[in-house]
Amino acid sequence: MLAYLIRRVGQALLVIAAMATIVFLSIYAVGNPVDILANPNADAKEMAEISARLGLDKPLWEQFGLFVWNALHGDLGRSFVFNEPALKLIIQRMPATLELAFVALIMSIVIGIPLGVWAGLKPDAWSSRTIMSGSILGFSLPNFWIGLMLILLFAVQLKWLPSGGRGPTTNLFGIPVSFLSWEGLRYLLLPAFTLALYKAALVIRLSRSGTREAVLQDYVRFARAKGLSPTRIVLVHVLKNIMIPVVTILGLELGSMIAFAVVTETVFAYPGMGKLLIDSIGRLDRPVIVAYLMMVVVIFVVINLIVDLLYAALDPRVRLQESEG
Amino acid sequence: MSGPILSIHDLKVEFGTRQGVVKAVDGVSLNVYRGEVLGLVGESGSGKSVTGLSILGLIDPPGRIASGSIKLEGQELIGLPEHELRRLRGERMAMIFQDPMTTLNPVLRIDTQMIETIRAHEKVSEKAARSRAEEALKRVGIPSPAERLLTYPHQLSGGMRQRVAIAIALLMSPALLVADEPTTALDVTIQSQIIAEVQQLCAETGTALIWITHDLAVVAGLADRIAVMYAGRIVEEGDVDPVLDHPRHPYTYGLLGSAPSNNRRGEKLAQIPGMTPSLANLPPGCAFAPRCAFAQEDCRVVPPALTHAGSRAWRCFHPVPDRETV
Amino acid sequence: MTDAPFILDRGESLWRQRVSQFFAKPSAYISFGLLVLLLLIAVFAPWIAPQNPYDLAQLDIMDGRLPPGSKSMDGKTFWLGTDEQGRDMLSAILYGLRISLFVGVVSTFFACIIGASIGVFAAYKGGKVESFVMRLVDLQLSFPAILIALVLLAAFGRGIDKVIIALIIVQWAYYARTVRGNALVERNRDYMEAARSLALPRSRILFSHLLPNCLPPLIVVATVQVAHAIALEATLSFLGVGVPVTEPSLGMLIKNGYDYLMSGKYWISTWPGLALVLAIVVINLVGDRLRDVLNPRLAK
Repeated sequence: MLAYLIRRVGQALLVIAAMATIVFLSIYAVGNPVDILANPNADAKEMAEISARLGLDKPLWEQFGLFVWNALHGDLGRSFVFNEPALKLIIQRMPATLELAFVALIMSIVIGIPLGVWAGLKPDAWSSRTIMSGSILGFSLPNFWIGLMLILLFAVQLKWLPSGGRGPTTNLFGIPVSFLSWEGLRYLLLPAFTLALYKAALVIRLSRSGTREAVLQDYVRFARAKGLSPTRIVLVHVLKNIMIPVVTILGLELGSMIAFAVVTETVFAYPGMGKLLIDSIGRLDRPVIVAYLMMVVVIFVVINLIVDLLYAALDPRVRLQESEG
Repeated sequence: MSGPILSIHDLKVEFGTRQGVVKAVDGVSLNVYRGEVLGLVGESGSGKSVTGLSILGLIDPPGRIASGSIKLEGQELIGLPEHELRRLRGERMAMIFQDPMTTLNPVLRIDTQMIETIRAHEKVSEKAARSRAEEALKRVGIPSPAERLLTYPHQLSGGMRQRVAIAIALLMSPALLVADEPTTALDVTIQSQIIAEVQQLCAETGTALIWITHDLAVVAGLADRIAVMYAGRIVEEGDVDPVLDHPRHPYTYGLLGSAPSNNRRGEKLAQIPGMTPSLANLPPGCAFAPRCAFAQEDCRVVPPALTHAGSRAWRCFHPVPDRETV
Repeated sequence: MTDAPFILDRGESLWRQRVSQFFAKPSAYISFGLLVLLLLIAVFAPWIAPQNPYDLAQLDIMDGRLPPGSKSMDGKTFWLGTDEQGRDMLSAILYGLRISLFVGVVSTFFACIIGASIGVFAAYKGGKVESFVMRLVDLQLSFPAILIALVLLAAFGRGIDKVIIALIIVQWAYYARTVRGNALVERNRDYMEAARSLALPRSRILFSHLLPNCLPPLIVVATVQVAHAIALEATLSFLGVGVPVTEPSLGMLIKNGYDYLMSGKYWISTWPGLALVLAIVVINLVGDRLRDVLNPRLAK
């Protein structure tokens, strides 16, 4: 187990290092941020000064060496625009994004499981066909456009919910969150729902196929033979069986939700790290772009690592295979 | 009550398939009395399991009970509203299934699965239900039942799991237990232990038992009476010893001949020629005629009716001559 | 190869059979018809659009932000309204559809060719090459496409060509995986054994024997992937890293309308959005039908 752990962590670090190289080279190889930062009337001397101040006059390999050295010390550079450590900027915006992703994750479960179970119990009913067509749309329609249409309907036409931004926050263990007050929650509803739609479609499919499989199992027949009510059979016997795979897969999807929040945050002008990324791309603020991407890569790798290790810890067969292989 | 616990009359169960309507059970009549063990024997596809499921009202679409009558302790079950049927299931009639690996829900603890059964039928406290569950586990021979209650099914062996299923089925002391090949998936040694235990438990409580199996050896040691099914019909019925010693229907005769036994060691095992017919297109006459060594022209025209003789009955125009030993 | 005509003939009838299978469902006519219509619109947009939306001489700023059905200063009707520069939305959508479909089809085409070649090659080589390629595929597919495309475009800058390159890089892995999965099955079949024992050149075995047998699932994946590529391009353009302002796709048009959404000028975003949705849904419907016909195993 220890050998497996060490090897798995080693692989994770390797992936992070590889991604760091790719990200740095692709972001730093192209474009000149000085053009954007400098006053349009600046002469060549001023440009050179800015370039030198940002360390952009050095050769690429030297910049890369410096980047790696600093990154190992937890320094991902200073934002050209805000003149603050890029990592600090990202971390400031992180609670907003994580809150959005978590609320969306919970929404996708709350929406997806009941609909999926229903569609699995009554596969031929028109309601189930409607649900399944809806989930296909959820998969294929561009998410940002759905967000826009929701704004048009609920914010512009009905004026029930705010069109964007983040609501008032309260501190929870020192982290600012907005879901604790109704006013804050009002701001979260539309963006979280939009972000949840894609995963809800996934959850609907997973729970539908899980339910269809479960109702054919002997344990459901036995539960009926015991005289249990259909409600109890569905809510306890079937639901408990499909919850485990659905929740596992969704846990894995948390990373992609954080990444996809880039789009949702832009649509709803939600001040998370995704919006910061898009703004920074527009302003060629390289250190912030790199810091965001490194953060996301680390989140992805860590989630994958945790899931793998949990599996190895829970399932003796995985451990056995690993020690043999 | 002196009448039968279970009385089935002319039961017909149909399944709508792409090839048309299939009559899985075609006119089955049966009586089972208090404390009696009936062995329901047949190959897979003979309709024996479907008969068992119909008693509990567990036939799912595309299947449906087309006609007939099923009376449990005098009460007609066919046409009974679902909620009343549900009240009877688990309380007056219970069922156990073939594969103990899949009968118990893998993600629920044993205590959950036992206590929910009691509380579906009686308003009792969780604590009282738990002690009854523990008692029930002890009765089926499970050591340290209090600990077993807290385990998940995968932590138990196959035999243990089937014992748990039996304990659950007998929790409410039902009048009737339908056991659908409950020992087929188990080792032979465990199989005989479990058979002995079920037999004893049913005898103690007077529970009538329908034991569905394809294994004549099991029936020989367990059942009081036997009913042999072929292609949805009962082809021979009677007390277990006379039927097994002197089968009258050629199919029963063939089944006995194809069972391996000690006294014919070294001989080639007899087989019934041909295959179980597809229920979708049965021959017009006797369904067994195409495979039957005794079949004559009249067998292929109309299906034979039941011939009664004392406590026995068979469905054949040209039965195996009486007193011929196998 | 004397029996080549026979094989050809059989091949033809197989395809004819599949075509008639495809249209066995009446709804297939509708989705296929709509797809053809959309493609025709995209190709002939310059000839059917009421105005050239990017010829500034034809625009009048006085016509800006008119709601659908309004008349222009010189008496023409804007059926779908105008944007802030007085551009006819209907014309803008026709041109935008052209760009969106172009990007989707071209990027999918090249991604398919590149990815499939890499997949076949990996499956045929086996061993280290295969496991390296598949590691790469797995690694790439474990990150969301949108993120990879964002990084690439942040590096490349804007431009139709750059979007297409980014979409190719994002998509190739799907085809590599699809083809490799199928090739694994195919390479143990008898005809492969026969080809090998005839000592045919490796390239010949790869491209005239292995690849054709991987084709049906590839076509299915590629069709649906065109819809994904269009949606992805629209998203990127909406985020401002996709096509340039001068060559707006549907996503770009939606972005332009976004600023006016709050003031109730819904049409600038809504109509291009509906055109986008229509294109994506129609392609998906055709893709579903193709999957039913070409590969029943993949059906839901």
